[in-house]
Amino acid sequence: MTEAGAGQKMRVEHLGMVFQRDGGAVSALEDINLDVSAGEFVCIVGPSGCGKSTLLNVLAGFLSSTSGSVTIDGEAVTGPDPRRILVFQERGVFPWLTVEGNIGFGLSKLSRAEREARIAHYVQTVRLQGFEKAYPADLSGGMKQRLQVARALAVNPDILYLDEPFGALDSITRVIMRGELLRIWQTERRTILFVTHDIDEAVQLADRVIVLSSRPARIKEILAIDIPHPRNISSPRYLELRDELLTQIGLAYEV
Amino acid sequence: MKLPVWLRPLLFIAVLLALWQVAIDRHPGQLLPGPIGVAKGILDLLQHGLLLKYVVASLFRVTWGFGLAVVVAIPLGLMLGWHRRGQMAAYPIVQLFRPISPLAWIPLAILWFGVSDLAAIFLIFVGCFFPLLLTAMSAVHNIPAVYVNAGRNFGLSSSAFVSRVLYPAVIPQLLTGLRLTLGIAWLVVVAAEMISVNSGLGFLIVDARNAGNRYDLVVAGMVLIGAIGLMLDLAMRSLERVRSFHWSISED
Amino acid sequence: MNSVAKPRRWEAFFWPAIAAAVLLAVWHYSVVLTGTKIFPSPTNVKTGVIELLHKNVLWADIGDSLRRVAVGFGAAVLVGIPVGLWLGWSAKANQVVNPTLQILRPISPIAWIPVAIIFFGVGDRAAIFLIFLASFFPIVLACVSGVSSVSPVLRSAGCNFGLSSTQLLRRVIFPAALPQILVGVRVALGIAWLVVVAAEMIAVDSGLGYLVIDSRNSGKRYDLVVAAMLMIGIIGLVLDFSVRRVERIKSVRWGFRNAS
Ligand SMILES: Nc1ncnc2c1ncn2[C@@H]1O[C@H](COP(=O)(O)OP(=O)(O)O)[C@@H](O)[C@H]1O
Ligand SMILES: [Mg+2]
Repeated sequence: MTEAGAGQKMRVEHLGMVFQRDGGAVSALEDINLDVSAGEFVCIVGPSGCGKSTLLNVLAGFLSSTSGSVTIDGEAVTGPDPRRILVFQERGVFPWLTVEGNIGFGLSKLSRAEREARIAHYVQTVRLQGFEKAYPADLSGGMKQRLQVARALAVNPDILYLDEPFGALDSITRVIMRGELLRIWQTERRTILFVTHDIDEAVQLADRVIVLSSRPARIKEILAIDIPHPRNISSPRYLELRDELLTQIGLAYEV
Repeated sequence: MKLPVWLRPLLFIAVLLALWQVAIDRHPGQLLPGPIGVAKGILDLLQHGLLLKYVVASLFRVTWGFGLAVVVAIPLGLMLGWHRRGQMAAYPIVQLFRPISPLAWIPLAILWFGVSDLAAIFLIFVGCFFPLLLTAMSAVHNIPAVYVNAGRNFGLSSSAFVSRVLYPAVIPQLLTGLRLTLGIAWLVVVAAEMISVNSGLGFLIVDARNAGNRYDLVVAGMVLIGAIGLMLDLAMRSLERVRSFHWSISED
Repeated sequence: MNSVAKPRRWEAFFWPAIAAAVLLAVWHYSVVLTGTKIFPSPTNVKTGVIELLHKNVLWADIGDSLRRVAVGFGAAVLVGIPVGLWLGWSAKANQVVNPTLQILRPISPIAWIPVAIIFFGVGDRAAIFLIFLASFFPIVLACVSGVSSVSPVLRSAGCNFGLSSTQLLRRVIFPAALPQILVGVRVALGIAWLVVVAAEMIAVDSGLGYLVIDSRNSGKRYDLVVAAMLMIGIIGLVLDFSVRRVERIKSVRWGFRNAS
């Protein structure tokens, strides 16, 4: 699908992951092959428990795969790295730090002035003005997720991994957050890999949607979403792609 | 060298014991016994039938003191916790009494009960009563309002409400409180026996020291106190692990 | 959660005052009715307190007790927290050392008194050693369980920003475990306060515990006994209250379910 070459960011080849548990072996990922180009927005969908989080954790370097390889900019991934940040579904912010403290967490190498400028910029970006001194306990779920995104963006990563970042939010907040994320993506131009189990979310956000099978996760289908932003969610093309995805997951016309 | 996992802590203990023995051997004339001396001391106690007698005496006092405190403090605490004004009234007084070391009650205990088992039991009772009262009050206080409302919603009678909502909701916290308090009881009985009675493991320690500096028996007494304390703690923990008690509010 | 309507503001003072008044009345009248000459009435205790204050004994004894707690408990905090963090951090070390800790912990600190006297003689240092022992184990165990219950998500998040192990320990693990560590510290301080009084009754000849036992032994001054007990209660309450203040600080408050 993607053209290898100057724009290529990440290459995943024959990736496999087998967990050893209580003597038995659980296979979570099987022969995943994927190329991602720089600045691309890729959504990964699949049934719950299929291995989506495992995939992101391998890509981010938190888990090492049992077979295959992940290379980013031609370099093999061997561990976590601030050039690629993983955003968790919930409880990922540090509850003992203020909003400012969280955003500045990865910036201890910068000078004080630079750090403060960076923090101020990302407070603006995720629209948390007025909450700089607040602790996470006093923020709503949506604000905490925006804070996590800001903390990630502040260290200037090339790649952002998001693991169902809006999964714990109510549906209205979720729609608002999608808009915010798109706006940030369009201004900041990072490569984003976004795991979700929400089909609409995938079709609204992604350049490409990767559909995983149930466990062990294999790539079942890769679907390019060729609708320009802002997307009209009642256009025939949108509905067509959405139905296509639902069919892939095996849920079409069931409700 | 690869040791099996279960062996490592045992080896660590063995090394500590060996170091202890070596240190003692290098300073002859030392009052403190080595582990071998302590083992002999324990055997000595066994042969004279004192070991069982003293262990039983200490456990007897703990059982009565702790048991009485549980029977009085838990219902009282639950009741006070449920009625907010009751809690308000009792809280400052309980908070004032709680940090008074149970041992500071010794003069009063002897005044009221003489030098006897009753005095020791009273001290244990005092030592356990206030922590248990606080535990029970805060256990009720921490029941999430949703449970209470759900219980009311289903129209339970008050007795059904107590047995089906209140009781199961406070049990996990109460069990933790009971375990910690039993630890306090075990601490107090030893201290009480050192001062106000003439049997039990605490008495063994003071007596062995005063009557002829038998430090092997002193340390034997300490080892027994540690071992029994550990067993009491493990027994309470296994109670906490019983399935139907196992959930806890903090698990979401 | 409560059974009736939310109490009003004045009730926060009214009900405790009523309860205290009832308690004092019961105490007073039971002394009067039984006609005891030995057990003091509240008025006797008040006179006792005033007498102690005038003789300056009280201040010296309070100072001694507090100093012993400060040194013994302070040393336990300084040694116990690093040891506990290390054990919580390294599963292997914990596996090896934990059983030993579990065996030593239930030995009543009081039972160490004879051994403490061998090592340090009758005096301050014996008492301080006992307080150290009594507060060391709860602090270490609180740290171990605090560190091992730090959410893996927070650990991963920390790793992701390129922290070294020591940075991770200082910037993520320690603050995340701090609420639990503080609970352990508060519990340990309570135990230290119980133990200092006990140690002073047996192993030294100054401090509040000594005041209690001495007032009884030299002339059955039970008014002074109760006065000293009251002081012990009040100071223990103040100590507990000051640690609770620390728990209220914003960067740890998130860890306490009932706060905020
Ligand atoms: N550390 C692990 N050890 C053993 N099995 C695991 C581990 N992590 C995940 N799994 C298993 O791998 C499968 C995929 O998990 P996950 O990636 O979390 O799914 P998803 O995020 O798609 O819901 C699950 O069946 C889970 O039980
Ligand atoms: Mg997942």
